[in-house]
Amino acid sequence: MTLSRRSDNGCLVKIVVTVKQVPDPNSATILESDNSLARDREVVLDPGDECGIEEGLRLKEAHGGEVVLVSMGPERAKDAIRKGLSMGADRGVLISDDQLAGADVLLTARALAAAIKPEQPDLVICATESYDGSTGMVPPMLAEMLSLPQLTIAKQVEIDGSNVKVHRQTADGYQVVEASTPALITVTAGIAEPRYASLKGIMAARSKEIKQVGLGELGIERGEPGETIEGLTDAEARKAGAIIEDDDSAVDRIIQVLAQAKVV
Amino acid sequence: MAKVWVYAEMSGGKLQSTALELMAKARELGDVEAIALGTGAKAAAETLGKHGAKVVHVNEDKAFDDFIAEPAADALAALHEKEQPDLLMFAFMPDSRDVAGRVAARLHKGLISNASDVTAQDGGFVAKVPYFGGAKVASMRANSKPAIVLVRPKSFEVSEKGGSAEVKDLAVTIDEGSKRAKIVQRVTEASEKVKLEDAKVVISGGRGMGGPDNFPLLEALANALGGAVGASRAVVDAGWVPYSMQVGQTGKSVRPGVYIAVGISGAMQHTVGMKASKVIIAINKDAEAPIMKMADLGVVGDALKIVPALTAAVKAKKG
Ligand SMILES: Cc1cc2nc3c(=O)[nH]c(=O)nc-3n(C[C@H](O)[C@H](O)[C@H](O)COP(=O)(O)OP(=O)(O)OC[C@H]3O[C@@H](n4cnc5c(N)ncnc54)[C@H](O)[C@@H]3O)c2cc1C
Ligand SMILES: Nc1ncnc2c1ncn2[C@@H]1O[C@H](COP(=O)(O)O)[C@@H](O)[C@H]1O
Repeated sequence: MTLSRRSDNGCLVKIVVTVKQVPDPNSATILESDNSLARDREVVLDPGDECGIEEGLRLKEAHGGEVVLVSMGPERAKDAIRKGLSMGADRGVLISDDQLAGADVLLTARALAAAIKPEQPDLVICATESYDGSTGMVPPMLAEMLSLPQLTIAKQVEIDGSNVKVHRQTADGYQVVEASTPALITVTAGIAEPRYASLKGIMAARSKEIKQVGLGELGIERGEPGETIEGLTDAEARKAGAIIEDDDSAVDRIIQVLAQAKVV
Repeated sequence: MAKVWVYAEMSGGKLQSTALELMAKARELGDVEAIALGTGAKAAAETLGKHGAKVVHVNEDKAFDDFIAEPAADALAALHEKEQPDLLMFAFMPDSRDVAGRVAARLHKGLISNASDVTAQDGGFVAKVPYFGGAKVASMRANSKPAIVLVRPKSFEVSEKGGSAEVKDLAVTIDEGSKRAKIVQRVTEASEKVKLEDAKVVISGGRGMGGPDNFPLLEALANALGGAVGASRAVVDAGWVPYSMQVGQTGKSVRPGVYIAVGISGAMQHTVGMKASKVIIAINKDAEAPIMKMADLGVVGDALKIVPALTAAVKAKKG
């Protein structure tokens, strides 16, 4: 099935959603006691990216077009892409290369940019930050490398012809931000409740294309890492204080602490 | 001396307090120059001088107020070309993040994001970064020049030290092609009486509050104490309270004199945003909840009973 590129009336949109596979945020052990990554930890499609896919699919349903998922990671990251394809995305691209092990933000953004560029999307959708890295830096770096405007922390997105408008969440409300497509947006978890893949969707996903590319095909060299981890220590823990049962004196004890802190 | 730059974020014509937090650290690391862009930049330069900036580069073009990231990236890249700093510090705040990422990509440099500290070591810079949801802290060395580091709000305490800065006009022509993502409207939804970030007392509620209808209990306590109400992400995601109240990794960082966690389990993503508080009090019906292990005082019991009793006691005490 081929889908047409954006037509002259600007109705069809081609959307790239970046998707990352991350350790399951609901699983307790990510680390072994020696600080190595737990070997059998569960991995999942980043819940933030799931919202990105959902928003991409909704825009496609409203305007027509195509949703392409792009991920960088090891072979098994195909599972994350496959999940998005089951939700309804059209095809996937996986950037996988031994040289990418331990890639820093700069290299990650360069690889993703190189894979996204030939797609010539109208819209690139990322999550505001990933569940594991949480640097939130891949999207703005991507925007710069792809020479796209960035509309960030969107909790609502509208496309009207070649205009894209988002509600950008702020500390005390939101901003309305507009740009012409092509553009990159980052979405918050609140933007749209991700759908469950239907059985039909899961079946259909099996025959959808996941193209795999390496750094050579993207014309990228690894280069020196921008930063190096020199050590890992336990986070400074606060010492536990007193723990008391709520009886008649509990409120008095709280008042005492408040008085010591000079707030009452 | 290392050449240290602080990106002094402006918002609504006002210098953001995170800029002064960065100044407190930056002046330990080298000779500090600050960059303030947009409406109010000149007035901000005076404050930045009092906090240790030797030079403040200013430009009040409205494009910096109205367009996301690109005009500021143009200005920083142009200035970088001329001055070649060693370290570039940004606050880990939405607007600064947008700019930092673009600048790093423009300069083809790596960066360290979400740091809680920066130190000068062996002629370079090493940042501390919470890892694995805050369980570990990584020491990360920046290999690039300039080193680019984004620091979490409330990592450093603000204090005045310095005199007056030399104010330099940052000459830059902002490319029309950089005026793309335009802020066309600003909507304020929450009108806080006391700002969460600045409050001396923060009372935060989590899922243990049972539902949005019980949050007024926390407001009553906050009013009695002159504090502000925060929340865990669980209740923000559930739609009980607005995002502006969220404390934690993906919300606000606070370090009040007293933090009262009510019905909050104390997940690391929450505590990373409040563990620098001076005194922590937890009210939770589960004695084993992680928050109890870090609280100065943990009260095991039903929040819905304890909070109203506490509010009454505070009022009685204050008379
Ligand atoms: C990438 C990422 C980022 C995140 N960012 C944040 C963030 O910024 N901020 C944040 O808060 N979370 C964040 N989280 C979520 C975090 O992991 C937790 O899920 C969340 O903090 C839990 O909220 P909670 O404590 O309100 O709910 P729960 O964990 O469900 O805890 C509820 C607590 O209430 C207690 N309780 C129940 N009833 C009562 C009662 N009647 N009286 C007293 N106590 C009672 C229970 O014992 C329990 O301890 C993030 C997660 C991820 C993966
Ligand atoms: N390896 C990756 N593959 C695909 N997308 C990624 C990758 N790393 C980051 N992203 C995208 O960028 C977002 C923010 O990630 P980060 O900058 O790491 O916090 C993620 O939610 C993804 O949408």
